[in-house]
Amino acid sequence: MMKAFETFRGVVMPLDRANVDTDAIIPKQFLKSIQRTGFGPNLFDEWRYLDHGEPGQDCSNRPLNPDFVLNDPRYAKAEILLTRHNFGCGSSREHAPWALDGQGFRVLIAPSFADIFRQNAIKNGLLPIVLDEQTVDALFALAGGVTALEIEVDLVTQQLRPSGGEPIAFEIDAFHRHCLLNGLDDIGLTLERADEIAAYEQRRQQQAPWLFASPASV
Amino acid sequence: MAAQHNSPRTLFDKIWDDHVVRTDEHGTVLLYIDRQLVHEVTSPQAFEGLRLAGRKPRRPEANLAVPDHNVPTSDRHLGIVDPISRLQVETLEANCREFGIQLFDMGDPRQGIVHVIGPEQGFTQPGMTLVCGDSHTSTHGAFGALAFGVGTSEVEHVLATQCLLQRKPKSMLVQVEGALGRGVTAKDIVLAIIGEIGTAGGTGHVIEYAGEAIQALSMEGRMTVCNMTIEAGARAGLIGIDEQTIDYLRDRPRSPKGEAFEQAAAYWRSLNTDPGAEYDRVVRIDAASIRPQVTWGTSPEMVVPIDSEVPDPDAVADPVKAGSYRHALTYMGLKPLTPIAEIGIDKVFIGSCTNGRIEDLRAAAEVAKGRRVAESVKLAMVVPGSGLVKEQAEAEGLDQIFIDAGFEWREPGCSMCLAMNADRLEPGERCASTSNRNFEGRQGQGGRTHLVSPAMAAAAAVAGRFVDVREF
Repeated sequence: MMKAFETFRGVVMPLDRANVDTDAIIPKQFLKSIQRTGFGPNLFDEWRYLDHGEPGQDCSNRPLNPDFVLNDPRYAKAEILLTRHNFGCGSSREHAPWALDGQGFRVLIAPSFADIFRQNAIKNGLLPIVLDEQTVDALFALAGGVTALEIEVDLVTQQLRPSGGEPIAFEIDAFHRHCLLNGLDDIGLTLERADEIAAYEQRRQQQAPWLFASPASV
Repeated sequence: MAAQHNSPRTLFDKIWDDHVVRTDEHGTVLLYIDRQLVHEVTSPQAFEGLRLAGRKPRRPEANLAVPDHNVPTSDRHLGIVDPISRLQVETLEANCREFGIQLFDMGDPRQGIVHVIGPEQGFTQPGMTLVCGDSHTSTHGAFGALAFGVGTSEVEHVLATQCLLQRKPKSMLVQVEGALGRGVTAKDIVLAIIGEIGTAGGTGHVIEYAGEAIQALSMEGRMTVCNMTIEAGARAGLIGIDEQTIDYLRDRPRSPKGEAFEQAAAYWRSLNTDPGAEYDRVVRIDAASIRPQVTWGTSPEMVVPIDSEVPDPDAVADPVKAGSYRHALTYMGLKPLTPIAEIGIDKVFIGSCTNGRIEDLRAAAEVAKGRRVAESVKLAMVVPGSGLVKEQAEAEGLDQIFIDAGFEWREPGCSMCLAMNADRLEPGERCASTSNRNFEGRQGQGGRTHLVSPAMAAAAAVAGRFVDVREF
C-alpha cells in the first residue's frame, strides 16, 4: 500500500545538471538486491562517495565527496529535489525512486522527467512536478543561498509555496493526483475490473485466437 | 474493438484501440498486455509483491523469463561466483517454478538477452502489446508490436492483472528518406536521430520509423533502431509490418502454426498506418547524409560523425548544455576539437540487445577477417545476444574469425553493456562499444564509453583508435 501524499514544508536540494540518468541515481551493482528497500545510502553513489561502492557495505564510514551537493550540510534534511530537464532518463529500474525515497526525498521538481522514471516515481508515492525552465531557473537562484530554500508542497491545491516567495501553481494528471492523495494500490483497483478484463479477453479471443493458444499447443 | 474507425489511423492507434479494456473518467486507459518478458533484475520484488498480497499471475503462459544481466560470459560451468548475483538468478528460478512461468535457465541453449530471445522464439508478434521490466523493450517494436519498458510495480501489475493503467502517448513519425551510404548501418541511423532530436526529443511519444532506409533494413537492423528509441526519450518505437516481418516469424517456436499463422498474418497486414493518418510530430532525415557515428560524451545525444571533432563547449550558447558538455569532456578525458579519429581505445565490446544479433556479428567479422586486434587494445570481446545466435555464428565460422583476430568469444548475456557481471571497464579505460548507453559509470565506475556500430567497433579494435570503416 502506497502512503498517501500530505501537504508538507521541506528543504530543497538543487542538483544543477540536465539528463541525470538512472545509472547515476543508483548504479547497477546495487540492482542485484532482491529487496525493495535499503537503497537510500547508495543514492547517487558514484557522485556522493570518493570510493567505489558495493552492495552490503556500511556506507557510514565511506569517504564523502565534499563537492557533491547531497553532502552539503544545508541540504542534509532535503525532501525536495530541484533539477534540470530529462531527469531519470535511461533504464526502467524502479530502484531509482526506491533510492530517492530511501534518502528521504518526496518531491522532485524539473522542467521534464523521463517517462518510465516518472511513472515509477508516482507508483512509489513520490511527486514529480514539471515547471517551465524560467520558473526552475528562478528556484535555482533561490535555492543556492546561505540558508536552504524551503517550499510548502500542496497537492490538494496544486501549489508550491516557497518561503518568502510567490506561490507557484503546477499541473498533474488527475488520475495520478487522485492515487497520490489517497495512497491507492492500483493493482487492487484494476482487480476490481476483473469482469471487464475477462470480457475483453473473450472478445479478443474471437478476433485473434492465436494470442490465447497455450505454448504447448502452438 | 467493435468500434468503427472512419478516420485514417496510425499503426500505433490501431494497436492501442485493440487493447483498450476500459477508459475511466480521467481519460486513463486500462490497457491489455498480451505478453511480458521477465528477467532477474527487475522481477524479484514484483513476485514478492504477489506473494505478500496472496495474488497469482493471471496468465502465466503469457510470460517468458530468462536470466541475462547477471550471467557470466565465461567459465559458465563454474556457475555464478558473485553470491549476490547468484541469489538474484536463483530467485528468478524459484519464482518461475512457484508461479508456473516458462524459464530458459543459464544452461539452456535458448538462454540470452531478453530482447534477443523474444523475437527469436516468435514470442514477440506484430500487433501485440508487450512489456518487460527493462527500458530496451522498445526493441520489439521492430515487429509492429507496441512494446515498452516498465518498472517493477508495473511488472507486478501485469503479472496480477494482464493490464496496465496508461494514458495514450502522443505519436511521432521519423521518416528516414533515401538510401544509406556504404558502411553506414542501422546503429548510425538511430544515433544520428538521437543527435538530431536529443535524448528527451521523444518524451511522451511513441515513435514510428518509416521511409525507404527503414524499409530496406533487415529485421535485425530494425530491432537496433527500435532498441535505442528509449535513448531518444520515447518509450516505444514502431516499424510497419511487411513481408519480411511475416517471413521472419514463420516457423518460430512460439509463432502460430498453419492456418492460424495465415489468419494472424492477415490481421498483421491490416495494422499498418492508413494513408493520410496524422502524427503529433514529424521529423525527416536524409539517409544519404548519415555518416558512421561515434559518441564523444556521457549522453547518447553527444554524438558526431567519425570524420569530425569533439565539440567545443565555448561555442554552445545554452549555459545548461555548455555545462553538460564541459562535465562530459572532463569525465571522458577529452579536449575540445580533438578529431574523433585520433581517440585511442583500451577495450572493445561487441554485443548487447542493441547489436548482439547474427547480422551484427557478421558485420563485425567481415571487418575483423584476416586482421589482428591492435597491441594497444587490452581486451576485445564478442558476446552473442543468445545461445542460438552463438550457435549460428559458430556454424558460419564467425567465432574462428574473431578468435584468429585476437577477440575473445564469449557466452551470451548483457555483459559489459551495463557491467552487472564480471565484464567491466576499470576507471579511465576507454571502450568502443556497440551497446546503447554511454552514461557515466555505465560500463564500470570511471569507464569511458563510445557508442558505435559493430563494424566501427571491429575497425577500432584493429586500429587501436576510431577509424572510418568506409575507408578501412
